[in-house]
Amino acid sequence: MIPLFGVQNLNKSFGGLAVTNNVSLSLAAGDRLALIGPNGAGKTTFVNLVTGNLLPNSGTVRLAGQDVTRRNAMERVRLGLVRSFQVTRLFYGMTPEEHLALAVLQREGKSGRMVGRYQAMPEVMDEVRDILDLLGLLELSHLKVREIAYGQQRLLEIALALALRPKVLLLDEPAAGVPQSETARIEQALDKLPPDLAVLMIEHDMDLVFRFAKRVIVLAAGTVIFDGSPQDVTKDARVREAYLGSYANVGSAA
Amino acid sequence: MAASTTQTLAAGAPARRNITGSLIGIAAIIVIGIIGYYLFPNNLALLTRIIATALLVLSIDLVTGYCGVATLGHAALFGAGAYAAGIASAHYGISDPLLMTLVGALAGAVAGLVSGLIILRAHGLPQLVLSIAVIHLFHEAANKASSWTGGSDGLSGIAPTALLGLFEFDLWGRTAYIYGLALLLIVFVLLQLLVRSPFGMLARGVREDPLRISAMGASVQSVLLRMYVISGVVAGIGGALSAMSTQVVGLDSLSFTLSAESLVMLVLGGTGSLYGALVGTVSFMWFEDVVSAANPFHWLTMVGALLIAVVLFAPRGLYGTAAALVQRLKGGRA
Repeated sequence: MIPLFGVQNLNKSFGGLAVTNNVSLSLAAGDRLALIGPNGAGKTTFVNLVTGNLLPNSGTVRLAGQDVTRRNAMERVRLGLVRSFQVTRLFYGMTPEEHLALAVLQREGKSGRMVGRYQAMPEVMDEVRDILDLLGLLELSHLKVREIAYGQQRLLEIALALALRPKVLLLDEPAAGVPQSETARIEQALDKLPPDLAVLMIEHDMDLVFRFAKRVIVLAAGTVIFDGSPQDVTKDARVREAYLGSYANVGSAA
Repeated sequence: MAASTTQTLAAGAPARRNITGSLIGIAAIIVIGIIGYYLFPNNLALLTRIIATALLVLSIDLVTGYCGVATLGHAALFGAGAYAAGIASAHYGISDPLLMTLVGALAGAVAGLVSGLIILRAHGLPQLVLSIAVIHLFHEAANKASSWTGGSDGLSGIAPTALLGLFEFDLWGRTAYIYGLALLLIVFVLLQLLVRSPFGMLARGVREDPLRISAMGASVQSVLLRMYVISGVVAGIGGALSAMSTQVVGLDSLSFTLSAESLVMLVLGGTGSLYGALVGTVSFMWFEDVVSAANPFHWLTMVGALLIAVVLFAPRGLYGTAAALVQRLKGGRA
């Protein structure tokens, strides 16, 4: 089976420091892959290489059968690679409904229309309501985003990505900054993602990673040091050393 | 079924409110226009100048208020419209007011495209500096091309014919005023449609977070450039109106001063709202006129004091602050 998305031998260095070192991975439809790694492992750089915000020194990025290594971020979005942001990036003066309408209009190539209103386009409104309903945001649809809670903003961030109907979804720490009491809602939202969507999640919250991912990749110092099932990741000696090292030491000292 | 009816109602209510709001706005412009006509029959030239400037301020609002582009060079678009309409009449005998308006709008669009291509290459402070460079270049170009523009003497010989073949541009400026008012109304209605359209929403998105817009697959540069061209059309119409009503075009219509003053008017009224642009222009120019007549020596000080007061106590501008107050009162009642 041809993977939906893949990177081959991706390299990126900033002035002699190799931040991404020969990274290869691929995703098929329906995959749930988590990318983890300690701070400074090169996760952010990897995300930027994947989305097209950075160009690699060598290696290729393929999406839906095309080489997109030289394509910019916008073109990759149009080809179906959509990301969410680690720090919420929303339009704070606009409502959740407007956010989703804009995403749907953009996907349909109607965002440049200079007359008419999205409220009068039933096909747009139906889809907007469906997505808001799916994520439990329907009651907030007319509030300004700055007036809604951070956990709900994170949900809107996921909703916005979904409205673009991606083939590959890159979730950059979807639970970052969300209080523990509200992570359950993020998890519920993740459970509702379309089954055939390929998801690459970058996350620090290990509980979430273990519950969500079918496969885990560990990045350390820009290199993939583990690629396997969530059950095996904590047993791997190199992972323990690189990522859980300090915890392992505490465990053995006690 | 019941649920879907409720949802339709919920979506219909804000839509109706918007339409009512637009109608009130249009009615307000007409009523204030008529009051102006009868209250200041000997001062219609000033009122027409206010309308032309209001078109320029609306045009700045499109790029600054709706898209977040900082510019101190927007008079380039206004001046281009004024000179083009003036040159069409003085050099080519195109003196039909509607045609002159069209020429001004086209020239404004081209000037918008050119300055947009330059200014939008940078962000923030460098963008502001580029916009200042643009207005100086336009100014200098008009100054040097004196065989076309009359240079520092100004362009004269502009003689618009009767509007629709019926209404002569009279000495009292009645035709110019009524024509200006009609142009302002048409532009205002079209801009209302524009800012509420999907494209208007996209532009607000660009202002709030350009990175998010590109993560949605939309091109920020293309949105900004399109808005710049539209704003050029609006400013160009203002310029053409100014050329027709004063029948002379001077270098001041392409000046940094006019650019800066109109930005001040926008901030005074409130950015990001078409009403804010209108309120700002009328308040500033009316205040300037009254104060400069009352105290020719210290009027600039008073204008300065007014601006400081507004920035300190009504940072969203006169209209923006009033609208926020009304909103809060409504919220309190609900």
